[in-house]
Parts: sequence; structure tokens; C-alpha cells
Amino acid sequence: MSIINHSTSPDLPPPVTEVGVIGWMRHNLFSSPLNFALTLVGAYLIFTFFIPAFDWAIWSANFTGKDQSACTGGGACWVFIADRLNFFVYGFFPDAEYWRVNIVFILLAALLIPQFIEAFPYKMWLGWALLVGLPIVSYFLLIGGSFGIVHVETEKWGGIMLTLVLSFVGIVAALPIGIVLALGRRSNMPVIRGICIGFIELWRGVPLISVLFMASVMLPLFLPEGLNFNKLLRALIGIVMFQSAYMAEVIRGGLQAIPKGQYEAADALGLGYWKSMGLIILPQALKLVIPGIVNTFIALFKDTTLVLIIGLLDILASVQASIIDPAWSDVATEGYVFAAFVFWIFCFGMSRYSQALERKLHTGHKR
Amino acid sequence: MSEIQAQPQNGTAVNGSPAIEMIDVHKWYGEFHVLKDINLNVSSGERIVICGPSGSGKSTLIRCINRLEEHQRGQIIVDGVELTSDLKHIEQIRREVGMCFQHFNLFPHLTILENLALAPIWVRKVPRAEAEDTAMQYLERVKIPEQAAKYPGQLSGGQQQRVAIARSLCMNPKIMLFDEPTSALDPEMIKEVLDVMIELADTGMTMLCVTHEMGFAKTVANRVIFMDGGEIIEENEPNEFFDNPQHDRTKLFLSQILAH
Repeated sequence: MSIINHSTSPDLPPPVTEVGVIGWMRHNLFSSPLNFALTLVGAYLIFTFFIPAFDWAIWSANFTGKDQSACTGGGACWVFIADRLNFFVYGFFPDAEYWRVNIVFILLAALLIPQFIEAFPYKMWLGWALLVGLPIVSYFLLIGGSFGIVHVETEKWGGIMLTLVLSFVGIVAALPIGIVLALGRRSNMPVIRGICIGFIELWRGVPLISVLFMASVMLPLFLPEGLNFNKLLRALIGIVMFQSAYMAEVIRGGLQAIPKGQYEAADALGLGYWKSMGLIILPQALKLVIPGIVNTFIALFKDTTLVLIIGLLDILASVQASIIDPAWSDVATEGYVFAAFVFWIFCFGMSRYSQALERKLHTGHKR
Repeated sequence: MSEIQAQPQNGTAVNGSPAIEMIDVHKWYGEFHVLKDINLNVSSGERIVICGPSGSGKSTLIRCINRLEEHQRGQIIVDGVELTSDLKHIEQIRREVGMCFQHFNLFPHLTILENLALAPIWVRKVPRAEAEDTAMQYLERVKIPEQAAKYPGQLSGGQQQRVAIARSLCMNPKIMLFDEPTSALDPEMIKEVLDVMIELADTGMTMLCVTHEMGFAKTVANRVIFMDGGEIIEENEPNEFFDNPQHDRTKLFLSQILAH
């Protein structure tokens, strides 16, 4: 006559407020007064900003057509971007010569993409081709005037192509110059150290805008009559000098973070200054400051827009020139959004690459 | 027992030609007089242990021998070459003098094998394949060939120090300097490093070793040097040094390190 039931009764289903959509919302969106408030703020933002933005950019936007008349949806007029795309990419580069720029773009992509792929063969050689071969090939292709192709004046360069030329040359040249300056600043030889400190502090002490003004407006005044540098070249030199000073300080930070024991071990093996720097110290120091180096690269990439004040038509300047075109009205937002998107793609790519590089070069210590 | 056996062996390998000569060497760090009138002759094949309280200048002394520290007065002649500010001479000496550090100072961005082969390839211009063969031989001698492909950060302290010794040996040095090679190690790892050093001593290598391992000093040293306040206070062959110290400061130091 037992009143205890020994058989196990089946589990009751969990309360409806703990599972499913309602449970998830209770736990993640409304679990405390603060979360409750944040959820409301988030919902407000979604309704007032993101949904209209999405509607503007995609839903009510017009993508096809030939001119302003195609833009009837009330949203973004992407027809404008499509119509002016050649100008945004190539500037005033002659239509018939676009293929030269395209070859450079394809080479850049073909050499750059393998660097993102783990275990791609001959990566080191491709890297050297990218840093040394590509600038040389591009120089002959873009300028022309030799090998039977037409000369194109640099005044006609513009758009994304000009932005890429400025930033690629800036990056490729600023890193080695920065390394030399950083080593020089830590040199035991007072003259070399003095020169490097002077150089770095001079270029870091002036805004890039004034460097570009100097290069384009004032430099020709000091040069003898008839000796006339190309404006693009002058801007490039200005950008490289300016960014290499910043790069030098970033790299110096890395050099200072290397323990004294590493220098001593390299010395004790008889490696000598250049070998111990090149084989032991710099590989470690550069790895340490990858975030800082990439940060400088990204800043450099965006700073190239400043060349518009000396009359070079980079991507942003070509967008600006197009939005005042009377054939189109009210397309400023589309133009700037497009320019911002182009910049974001490149900068985000650099940032991701640096993260991948850091993971790859990581050897031990932390596990 | 082991001491008695070690005794004759301690005296054999020395062949008398001078490896290192230090004559009236002085060094200052700013105002601080670290080395005072150091006179030391080391013959080829001799094994010398330098001990003394911390701050006595013993590390500075051996670091002067490969010019990691610069002396300000006196002469240091290593393997027949005088150390001056002449970079050629400094690099020539550094090629012939190996050094092991308290904190190993392996290159963390290179694998163990690359650590070992680097200097032979770049300084001695040995072909890569040959340098890597030699490196593997030395890794076998220090009993860790299986670690060749790892990075220093993945090894224990004792293993790292053995790699550091092998790295120096790959340069085929005439003289080996040890700067407190076991003092950063956990106790259970000290023996594996000392075993490698004892084996090295048996090959007739000229060794200068700053250490507090008195057992090691008794086993392998031809001479023990006691330093204090930047001076060489006393030097003697090991048994006499430990059993019958002459100077008060030596007695005090020995009583302190042997007491526990």
C-alpha cells in the first residue's frame, strides 16, 4: 500500500517564457533595466536610420538608365555613378588607352591576392615582384612614350588610378626609408643620428597640406627657370617624405621593444651591424609594430585625398568635379557614399591583411 | 670520490698557449668603477670558474672578452688579437668566442634549426645544407634533435639553454664564455645543462664560466677565481680554493653559499 510512485514521470516542457523567440528575447534583450533601455534605443535607431538608409541605397534606388531622367525611385541615383564610373576610375586618361591602366590593375590584383592565401607557392618572389617589379612596369605602361605606346601626361591621370598610384608609391617607398631613418635615429654616430632626428622632426612638425603646397606652389619659385618637375612627382616626393617620418617613429618603437639580449646574442655570434639588424632585430621589430605600420598605411591612403588642393584629381576630387556637373542634380550624397565605399574597401582590406599577417608570423610565446 | 677522479683530469688538457690575456684592465660605468686592475691569463684548454657576490663585476669581466662591454684602460688580447675599437678585430674575435647568456637569448622568430645554422651561414659562409647538417649534429650532442623544427618559445628553459650552447658551438669557437647559464633555470633543469657543459669540458674546450654551481666548479675547473668589488680577490685550483680559502671575503662568501 505504498503512496509513493516509483516510476519516473515524464519531464514537463519548459515554460514558454524560457524557450523559443520569447525566451531568447527575455535573456538577451530585456534581461535588465539597462538592457531594456539599450534595446529600445537600438530599435529606435533601426527604425529611424538603418531602414531609411537601406531603403534609400537599395530599395528605392535606381540602378539602370542613362541620365538623370532614369532616377525616379526617390532613392539613390546610382545611375550617376555608373555613368561617371570611367571618370572615377581613370580620370582624364584617354579612352583608347584604358587597357594600359587595366593591365596595371590586373597585375596589382594578381600579385596582391596570393599574399592573402596561406601556402601559395613562390609567395616571396611574388611579393618582390609586387614591390619592385610592378612599380617599374606600371611606370612604363602608364606614362608611355616608349615601346611604341603613346605618352600620357600625368595631368590626365585621375580617379582611383591616381589614388592607387599615390598610395602604392607612398607605401612602397615610405617603409624602407622609414626603416633607414629609424635605424639612423638609434645610431651611435652623432652625425647620422642628428641628420635623422632633424629630418623626422622637420617632416612631423608640418601638416601634409602645407607640404603639398610647398611642393606645388613654392618649390618651383626656388628652382631655376626652365627646370620644371612634374607636379605629380613633386606631390609624391612630399607624401613619401612626410609618411616616412611617421613610419620611422613607428618602427623605432618596435626597435626599442626588442630585448637587449637579442642585440647581444647577435653581436656575440659575430653577425655585425647590418646582418644583426636584417636577420635578427628588424624581423622581430617589424612584426611587433605591424598594427602601427598598417595604421600609417591606412592614414597615408586616406591622406592622398589632400592632393586635390594642388589640382590633382584623385577619386574624391573626381567625384567632387562630377557632382557639380549641370547634367546631374542632387547627386552629391551618391558621389560621396561611393567615394567613402571605395576608401573603406581598400582600408578594410589592409586591416584584414595585417591581422592575417600577425597570426601567421606568430611563433610561440603565447599559446 | 668524484672529486678525486676529477683531479688528474682537471690538469690534462691545458696546453699552455695563451687564449686570453687581460692586462691592467679597468672599466667604469659612469662614475662607478666596475673592474679594477684585472690581470688574468687563460691558457688554451683551461677551464675557469668565476664566482663572487652579485655586483662584483664577474659578468662584466667576461662580457669584456667579446666586447659586449668596452674596457676603458688596459689591454685585452683574445686569441692573439687585441680588442680595440677596430670593428674588424672585434668581429674576428666574436667569431672565435662563443657565449651563453643567463636568459638564453635565442631568436624567437626562428626555428631551433635556423637559430643554429644562422651564424655559420651568414658569418662563416658555410653552404646552407652543410650548416644544417652540423646543426643537427650539435642538437644530437645536446640530446634534443627532435626539437629542431620547433620555435624557442615552445621549449623548456633547460632545453633552450642547451640549444643556446649548441648554437655557439656551431660556430666552432675556440673559447666559450658562460654568463650564469643555470641561474634562470628551475632546479630540475640545471643538471641537464651542467651535463652538457661537463661533456664540453671533456673535449678540451677553453671555458670561462660565471656560475655559483660549486659542484660544477669542483668537477671541471682548473682554476676558480673569486671576485668582489670589481677586483680579483683570490684564485686557486678548485680543491685548494674550497678547502683552504686564503682571504676573509672568500671565506665569508663560501660560508654563505655553502651553508644551506
